[in-house]
Order: sequence, then C-alpha cells, then structure tokens
Amino acid sequence: MGLSARNRGSIKVASNGSNQGLNKSRASAPEAAANPPLFHLDQATLAYGQQTALASVSLSIRAGEKVALVGPSGAGKTSLLNVLYQQQREQIAWCPQHYGLVDILSVYHNIYMGQLERHSAVYNIWNLLLPIARHQQAIGQLASELGLEHKLHHSIDQLSGGQQQRVSIGRALYRNKATFLGDEPVASLDPIQGEAILAKLIERHPTVVIALHNRHMALSVFDRIIGIKGGRVVLDRPVNAISHAELDQLYAQ
Amino acid sequence: MQNSISYMRSSGRRLAAVSLLFVCSALLCLPFADIALYPVEPWTELQRMALGLLHPDLQIWHLVLPALAQTVAFALVAVAGSAVIGLGLALVFHARFVRLMCAATRAVHEIFWGLIFMQVYGLSATTGLLAILVPFSGIFAKVFAELLAQQSPLPSAALATSSDRLSRYCYTLLPQAWPALLSYTRYRFECALRSSTVLGFIGLPTLGFHLETAFKQGQYDQAATLLLVFFALIGSIRYWFRPRYTLLYLAAALWILPASPPVESSAWLFFSQDIWPSAVRNGHWPEALSWYQQQLFSVALPAVVDTLLLSQLALVLAGLVALLSYGWASRLLAPSGVRHLGKGLLLVLRSTPEIILTFIFLLLLGPSGLPAILALGLHNGGLIAFLLAKQSDQLVLRQDTVRGLNRYFYEVTPRLYGQFMGLMLYRWEVILRESAILGLLGVTTLGFYIDSAFEEIRFDRAALLIVVTALLNIGVDSFARRVRGYCQVATLAEQ
Repeated sequence: MGLSARNRGSIKVASNGSNQGLNKSRASAPEAAANPPLFHLDQATLAYGQQTALASVSLSIRAGEKVALVGPSGAGKTSLLNVLYQQQREQIAWCPQHYGLVDILSVYHNIYMGQLERHSAVYNIWNLLLPIARHQQAIGQLASELGLEHKLHHSIDQLSGGQQQRVSIGRALYRNKATFLGDEPVASLDPIQGEAILAKLIERHPTVVIALHNRHMALSVFDRIIGIKGGRVVLDRPVNAISHAELDQLYAQ
Repeated sequence: MQNSISYMRSSGRRLAAVSLLFVCSALLCLPFADIALYPVEPWTELQRMALGLLHPDLQIWHLVLPALAQTVAFALVAVAGSAVIGLGLALVFHARFVRLMCAATRAVHEIFWGLIFMQVYGLSATTGLLAILVPFSGIFAKVFAELLAQQSPLPSAALATSSDRLSRYCYTLLPQAWPALLSYTRYRFECALRSSTVLGFIGLPTLGFHLETAFKQGQYDQAATLLLVFFALIGSIRYWFRPRYTLLYLAAALWILPASPPVESSAWLFFSQDIWPSAVRNGHWPEALSWYQQQLFSVALPAVVDTLLLSQLALVLAGLVALLSYGWASRLLAPSGVRHLGKGLLLVLRSTPEIILTFIFLLLLGPSGLPAILALGLHNGGLIAFLLAKQSDQLVLRQDTVRGLNRYFYEVTPRLYGQFMGLMLYRWEVILRESAILGLLGVTTLGFYIDSAFEEIRFDRAALLIVVTALLNIGVDSFARRVRGYCQVATLAEQ
C-alpha cells in the first residue's frame, strides 16, 4: 500500500521534472541539429518531500543506443526511467517493475492490452468477449516465444511471479515500438531464460534503456552503462571501457 | 477446441460464466414474473410530487422534531444493545447452536419482528427496540466473529496456554480487532436509522410513520420535508454523533423513548398458544398435518415463487445498474464535475429506503411487481456502485494506461469484478429479505401474505410464513456462499 502510494507520487513529480528538463534542453542543446537525442536531461532534479530521488542529472540518449542502468536499490533508477518515459510517452514499450497486469484477465488479454489504443473501443470490447483470430494468432506466437504457450487462456492470478513478468514483457513486445524502457524486466526469471529474453528485447527494439542488477548481463549485451548512486549519475561510459571491478565499486557502501 | 479446458483456469472466465448464468436465470424468470404495466395516469400525481419536492412544507416542525428524536433514540439504544450481545455471541460463535440461532434471527426482517412483538407488547418502545435488536444481534455476532477470525493468531499463541479463554480474548483478539469492530458498528448505526425509520410504516412513532401518512394522503410537500430530513440525518451522522459522548447520548435516548405501558398479554402465551393452529393446540395431529400441508401448498409456495422471481430480477437489475453507473462516480473514469453529480445521485439511490422508492414507482406504474423490482434494483445497484467507485479510487494504474471506454473495460472493471461479485452475492440475501417487506405495500411477495395474516389475526399462518421466509433466506445465503467459493471471491464484510 505504502509502496504504491509512493510510486504514484513519484510519477506525478516526474512529469514536472521532465518538463523542466525538456525546456532547458531546447534552450541549451548545441548539437541538436543533425541527430537530436531521443532523451535529454539537463540537470534534472526530482524530490518527494525530504527525499531526493534525482539530483541534477544530465544525460542524453540517442536513438539506437542500448543502455543498461545500474546501481544499488533505491539509487534512483526507477525515478530516472519514469522521467524518461514522460519525454516520449507515445513511442515507448513500457515494462514497469510492478507489472500492473489485470489479475482476472487472461494472458492473451493482458498482452493484447499493449495495442488497446490502436483500435476502437467497440473492437476492443468485442475482443474482450470473443478473442479476434488475428490477434489470437499473433499473441499465441509471442506467448510461445516467451514459454507461455500453455498459459494463454489462464488468468494472471493463476501464474507464478516469473510467468507474470513474462506476460508484462509480452505486452511490451506487442506494442511494437522502437524504444523499450524496462525496470528490472527479467529480475524474476532464471539466468538462462533471462538472458534469452533480454537478447530478444534488444533485438526487437532499436533503442533500449533497461535498469538491472545483473552485472554480467549489463556488460555482455548492452553498449553503454549508466551507473546511478544516491540520485546522481556516477558513471556513464561505453561498455568496453568498464570493468567488473568498477561495477562492484558502484554497489559498495 | 483445445482451449475449452484451460478456460476455467481463468478467474475472469469463471466470473463471466457465473454472471452469465445469473443473467440467463433472470431472463427465464421474466415471462413468469408479475411485471404488467397498468394504464395509470401518473402525470397529475407526478406533477404534484414534483411540486411538493420543490415546496417542502416547513410548517411541520412540531411533527418532525419528536419523530426525528424517536428515530435516533430507537436506533441508538438498539445498536448499543445488539453490539454488546453480538460481541458476546461472537465469542461462542463456533457452537453450531449459536450459529443457527443467529442465522434464524438474521433471516427475519425487522418489520416482521416488529409485527411479532407488537402482538405482545403493543405499540411501545419495547416493540421497536426488540424489532431492531433481535436481528441486529444475529448480524453483529456473525460479522464480529468473521472480523475476529481475520486477526493474526500470533499474539494469542504467544500467551501462556494456561491463561483462560476470556482473558486471552480481552488481551489479544479484542484490542486487535477493535478498530474494525467500531467501524462496523458505526456502519450498522446508519442501517439502524434506516430500520427505525421503516418501522414507522407499521405504526411506531418514527419518521416513517409520518412519511407513510403523508404519502398515503398525497401530501407530498410534507413527504418531501420528511425525506429531506431523513437524508440530512443519514448524511450528517459524522457531524452530530461524537463517539466519546456515546453514554450521554444513550441516556438521552432512553429518556426520549416512548413509554412502554404494562401489557396484559404475555410473550409466553403468544409463543406457546397463539402462533399454533387450533389442531396443534388440541393435539389433533392428522388434522394439524393437513392444515400445514394445505397452507404450505396453497399459500406459501406461490408466495415463495413470486418472491424468488422478483428478487432474481431485482438482483440482476441491481448488477446492471451498478456496473453502468459506478464509472460516473470514479476518479479514474469521470472528470470531476461529472463525478460530483454521479456521487450525489448514487448517494440518493443508496440512502432512499426501498420501500419509499417502491411507493413512488407504484404510483407511476400501477400495482404489479415491476415497481418493487425497479426500487430494489436501483437502491441496491446504487449502493454497490457507490462501493465500487470508492474502491476504484484506491487502484493504481500503470503509466502507459489507456483512457475512456478502453480503461473501463480492460483496466478498471476487471480489477473490481471480483469485489463486485462478492457484493452481489452478499446483497442477494439482502434483496430477498427486502423484497419480502415490500409486501406491506401490496406487492404479492411473502411479506404481503404475512402482513395480511397479522391483519386477519391468523397468527398461526403468519408464524408459518415467517418460518418459511427465514428458511428461504438461509437457503439463498448458503447457496450464495457456495457460489462465492466457486468464484474464489473472499467473504466480504459489508463495507
């Protein structure tokens, strides 16, 4: 209860923070001409009450980058993702830490929800009562890629945590967007499966920003790592310029 | 279809299937229910009603104020008494006998308890108090027992096993559950105000007495005043009731209550003699058997069928009303202007007693079951919608959530549907109970036959019909519990 309330608070403030960031970026972006960054933050600060979530964070992410967001719990990864999400709401396949799936609806419907805004309400309601063949086929295939082929018509409350996480990923994939933002999207999966699905996410989305704890994954499949600690960016480098030890340092007290 | 088996692994499918069965059952009831529309000329009456509502008669303070005081006094004393009794019974609620007794007292509506006690104690404070106290004790016992069972057993388990049961109860479960018990008692107080008002329809000096008179005499300006006073009373409880002065209020209430004159008839005589047919009193068993058989088949059975048909239709209507209207009062689905309007409308629907709604619809639509179905459907639908809207305000949706109808159908309604089913299954029995009292207005449910039996001083028939009503309620309640189990919907206390 407390957690979700805080989450809601952060989302609200995040949109303010991001607007600020956007305005500043327009005023002071020197290299904006040729290849404008997809996301741009210029000294973005975000706080709720006494708690600082982001302290003057400046960064740009261009289309085509694969970014891993690392840092200890409570460092501000989720807040940063929320701020980024607000900058490109319509273009993003979103995969939040709390999946926000609808418990009593089936896996099929929860994945379908990734495309709700593309169809009329009547079409969507019809699909709720009687699944439409076209979507059933596409989502069936997606589900089997995620190892959910036998669960397609089970409701979410019948699934394990890992299965629910895969449904959340399924919804993001079904959105078919160019940019994926994920908050520990494979944290509840076993390492093998997690890596396979992470690879799939990276392959299907030109731009990817993912918060995760697994240092091995961070170093092996991404091309840029942003380290966050205490709401500040303390590390921002291409992956080939970062060592295991440096990542360990990030997590040390 | 390979999916057909796995469909039942979906909670949503299961809830949808149960809902569909209920809708089908209502459709099957439709041809048999008494829903004829009579050619009435409601417009002059309606016009007078509207005029009355616009010009409430403010000259009747000398009537309203004492009635208001009596209404509150009955409710307060009865709730205080039944809460204490209920708390005691909750302690021993595991005993089958106690559970049965409580189920039986709950199953008979306050109005019928009122009619029963009136035969013994006449039109007195005792009658009014007992009429609320008896069924409410049963309800309190059940809900308190459920609330106590929801508490963590750990503190109690940590005490020495040799400590006695009562001490353990007072030191662990009772303090743990206290806030929940208090909040439920507060809610019940609101119900008691409604019950105490409705008891006026059988002659007790509460608001309902003047309300009925005003309606029956077509003095809608007075009726409007009384209704507005009633709404204000319910809506303003938290402003005028200060829990810390409860004892003071109680003392005042006891002083306000009308006198209970000494009675000549005794309860013992009533229950041992009056309610049994003469054949039983005289020991003519074969004759008694044929009397009961005749009463059961020629009076009780048709009345039971009518009551069930009517309440089934009312239940499904209530469900439709709730699902169609909760969105207008929900933060997630309606803009703030619309939301305030929606909330206001739901408040009126849920606080107007069914019997008053029925009365108005009877004037408009003529004497059939239809007014009762509409009244029960609208009142209960409004109540459920109100609770759903309140619940929906607690939901937190994802950042990338959709809007409008998509949000209603995909995000909010599915999340509330389990709760909706729970509330519906709970209201099923309530609707059945309430449908019976609409008989007082002439709708041919069980209540109609009970009321007529009392009027004809045929207590034997009245007693039999009340027992049948109680059994019907208990039966539906236990069936609803099974359906709830199938839907895997948790037992919900009323709010």
